[in-house]
Amino acid sequence: MIDQFPALQIMVPLVAAPICVMIRNPRWSWVCAMVASTLAFLISIILLQQVMANGVIRYAVGGWAAPSGIEYYIDAMNAAVLVLVSGISAVVLVYAYRSVAKSVPAEKHYLFYTAWLMCVCGLLGIVITGDAFNVFVFLEISSLSMYTLISFGQDRRALTASFRYLVLGSVGASFILIGIGFLYAATGTLNMTDLAARIPDSESQRAVLVAFSFLTMGVLIKSAVFPLHAWLPNAYTFAPVAVTAFLAGTATKVSLYVLLRFFFSVFGKDYSFGQHLLNGVLLPAAVAGFVLMSLVAIFQNDLRRMLAYSSVAQVGYIVAGFSLATQSGLTAGIVHVVNHGMVKASLFMAVGCILYRVGHVHTPSLDNLMKRMPFTCVAFIISGMGLIGVPLTVGFVSKFTLIEASLEKGWWAIAALVLLSSLMAIVYVGRVIEIMVFRRSRETGPESSGMCEAPLSMLVPLYVLVGVSLYFGINGSATLEVAGRAASFLLGGLQ
Amino acid sequence: MTNLLAPPFLYLIAALICPFLSSRWRALLLLGVPVFGLMIMLAYPVGDHVVWSVVGFDLTFMRVDRLSTLFGIIFSIAALLSGLYAWHVRDTVQQVATLAYAGAAIGGVFAGDLISLFLWWEGTAVASVFLIWARRTPASTATGMRYLLVQVLSGVLLLAGLLMHYHDTGSIAFEHLGLVSPGTFLIFLSFGIKCAFPLLHNWLADAYPAATLTGTVVLSAFTTKMAVYALARGYAGTEVLIYIGALMTLFPIFLALVEDDLQRVLAYSLNSQLGFMVVGVGIGSELSINGSAAHAFCSVLYQGLLFMSVGAVVYRTGTSRASQLGGLYRTMPVTMLCCLVGAASISAVPLFSGFVSKSLILDASGYNGNYVVWLALLVASVGVLVHTTIKVPYLTFFAKDSGKRPAEAPIHMRLAMILTASLCVIIGVFPGLLYSLLPYSVDYHPYTFDHVLVQLQLLLFALLAFVVLKKLGLYPRMVQSTSLDTDVIYRKWLPDRLPAVTQWVVNLNACARQMALGWLGTGYGMVERLTRPGAPLARGWSVASMMFVVIVLMCAVLVLNLL
Repeated sequence: MIDQFPALQIMVPLVAAPICVMIRNPRWSWVCAMVASTLAFLISIILLQQVMANGVIRYAVGGWAAPSGIEYYIDAMNAAVLVLVSGISAVVLVYAYRSVAKSVPAEKHYLFYTAWLMCVCGLLGIVITGDAFNVFVFLEISSLSMYTLISFGQDRRALTASFRYLVLGSVGASFILIGIGFLYAATGTLNMTDLAARIPDSESQRAVLVAFSFLTMGVLIKSAVFPLHAWLPNAYTFAPVAVTAFLAGTATKVSLYVLLRFFFSVFGKDYSFGQHLLNGVLLPAAVAGFVLMSLVAIFQNDLRRMLAYSSVAQVGYIVAGFSLATQSGLTAGIVHVVNHGMVKASLFMAVGCILYRVGHVHTPSLDNLMKRMPFTCVAFIISGMGLIGVPLTVGFVSKFTLIEASLEKGWWAIAALVLLSSLMAIVYVGRVIEIMVFRRSRETGPESSGMCEAPLSMLVPLYVLVGVSLYFGINGSATLEVAGRAASFLLGGLQ
Repeated sequence: MTNLLAPPFLYLIAALICPFLSSRWRALLLLGVPVFGLMIMLAYPVGDHVVWSVVGFDLTFMRVDRLSTLFGIIFSIAALLSGLYAWHVRDTVQQVATLAYAGAAIGGVFAGDLISLFLWWEGTAVASVFLIWARRTPASTATGMRYLLVQVLSGVLLLAGLLMHYHDTGSIAFEHLGLVSPGTFLIFLSFGIKCAFPLLHNWLADAYPAATLTGTVVLSAFTTKMAVYALARGYAGTEVLIYIGALMTLFPIFLALVEDDLQRVLAYSLNSQLGFMVVGVGIGSELSINGSAAHAFCSVLYQGLLFMSVGAVVYRTGTSRASQLGGLYRTMPVTMLCCLVGAASISAVPLFSGFVSKSLILDASGYNGNYVVWLALLVASVGVLVHTTIKVPYLTFFAKDSGKRPAEAPIHMRLAMILTASLCVIIGVFPGLLYSLLPYSVDYHPYTFDHVLVQLQLLLFALLAFVVLKKLGLYPRMVQSTSLDTDVIYRKWLPDRLPAVTQWVVNLNACARQMALGWLGTGYGMVERLTRPGAPLARGWSVASMMFVVIVLMCAVLVLNLL
């Protein structure tokens, strides 16, 4: 049974999705999605434990051996991402029940949960597979369901946001497909392990180079690296907030995982960073991203938009960490993938709570919210501190590691800019906190002074995530150890 | 427990319990502690005692050898005599400060390592400033603050120096240091401040006259002599000290000559006497170190005696201005006599204490071939004769009659002065008593024909000069005035110019601030134009522009990679 867990990881949400469609009842389809998601989460934890204990797991789908058949390949890196994706999915689903009930018409609920399950299935598939073409397939599954999820937004602008994402996402996906095609042409294989072995000996290095360029561009679009991020702010702003919380925690993180997998495992560190592409394009883009996008975030008046731009900035940190291409740099990037996933998901969940009660998230009008929604505000403040990187939060762990890594490599300017953009994060998060906590309410009507906290079914998952991220903030070595292991796997190449 | 009875701690414990006693018992404590402390001190055998290990450092609080014991003895005697002199004082603050100050000074001379030296060094600064503040006038508050600043600066320099020295050598032992590294140079500077080197001396003439009557007597005994001890321990034989010392003996002469305030005159002559000791330390031979130690011993006595007699005059008349005094011999004969003994001692009249100690230094410099220095010391001796020996007693007790008919000094003051004066005479007549205490064994006879002759010649010629000047009307007339010393720079000139400088800084600050705000505003405007909602960076890009970016970037990547 336990040998089949890699397949079950994908199969559970994949099978649950059509069941959801058949159920049609809003409540029961939610239950179905919930059960499937929880199961996926448990499976991923077991997988992570196995990987940490016994090393890499390789699973031949359908019993077909690796080079010709599809292989699932799980090491510390993707096991951690699996846990992140399925965990956030499970937590946010609990939260989504009330949140979605308010914003999505009841007759569409079953479709919503179906799309959700497909999205989870796609994301988990991208992470778990060891086959290049399979990555593309799952990418399409997750992307299509993501477009659907975004279009469920109340605001009609959700449709244009979704459409723009669809166009750009399709471009990205087709770039990836082109890249994979070139790779296949150059090497005659699609299995990642095999690719890694054959690429250095390939006769058509030019084809490999083109493949590398297309793959990189495609993945950069999907992971919203500045300046290819333009689809993200609108999508995050207008999607149902539960979807945003889920996507912010997982979608871009999975794309970044793909980036890592291709750079380090398939092409190899020396090849990837031997190109001008990364030193000349990726690092400047990442740095410009976290500086400019933090600046933009300062000026946003819509809380969701502010967090969306902050997400683009955080992606910049992660990519900057990857660009260092050292053990500590990679560790910093990977840790930040996990940490930022948790922090941003919980922030968006807090925003969803506000949206649920207040009806809008126009920052200047959130004055004195602390009186009315103390628990939500406290959760927002704690997570906001995590975003800034206050000590004892996860943000501190990853930013500290990142700064340490860039100093180790001698890139003082990068370290200074990370600190600078952390200052900006203080400004944009602090501004919200200032308004929430300290600004006196302008209208002192009786209805605005009473407590109206979000329902428990939203607060509990929010606090679970906040608690987990606090735990990993205080016990930073737990995540750092997994990330360090993953980084050494990546630098060592596929085994 | 017995460690707590070590003299420095004994004094500190006495200072702690002092406030809880009645005034009579406090005065008795001031007499009893020095006697008891001296007995304990003499009971310690030679060697290191009371070693406490603190954070990995072994702090030695009782390093007993002949040099430290000599200073310990004279400090105890000074504490006893000033305690007797201050019998009438009922001010708890002064009594506590006196005990703590004496304790810290004794602690300083017995400190076997630089860290405990630093502790006592700061201790003397903090304790002694209360003797100045105890006068409770605005002027004394300001003076005390200046004094404290300088003393603490000295302590800080010592700390910095000892840290660097420790870093260099890994040792905190307070042995011979020498001017060999930046660390030892800082320590040297720190000692120099307390020893009132030229240009570092202003605090002395500033602070001593500003203290309370009895406080001045106490102050004159400890701080500077502790510094001489520290120099003798750490920098014996450092040549530059010879020249510093020679300069020190000379330049207070003129300041003292024209000064009207007799307490300031005495402060200057104290400074000049320190110069002799510094020269002795600088020469560094056994004879000269002996000379410095002996001179420190004697100068505590005769300088104290002079301060006591002037203090008694102030106590009775309320002024120490030479221009307002004169003809007091009629009603204060004992004080007059004691003052004369002190004056005779300071100018090294044979049979008085100064003679037996100064001869050592003069001979040491002569043996060493430093005739320039020897000459400077002779000139300084003449200067002392003129400005202290003759001036102080003459202008106070003789000269033109001021018409004042004060009563004789109180009995305890008289007793203290007589005791001190007798010590001066005894040492002068039986120099062997002092010589047996000196760091190095001596076979030296001060009463040789040439010594006595030279000294008497000096004395007579100085007297002659004084008489001639007086007759010709060339001797500076004592007028109520303030004479300028170098401290005018930081007490007058700099503060006068300060408002202009402050204004300039304020203007500069305002200007810079405006400029910075201008730039900041422009920068902020640019950023905002780029990033506010709806601005290029922050609006939702159209599909076309997104695609444009993708294509441009793709081209860049392909070109970069394929080239």
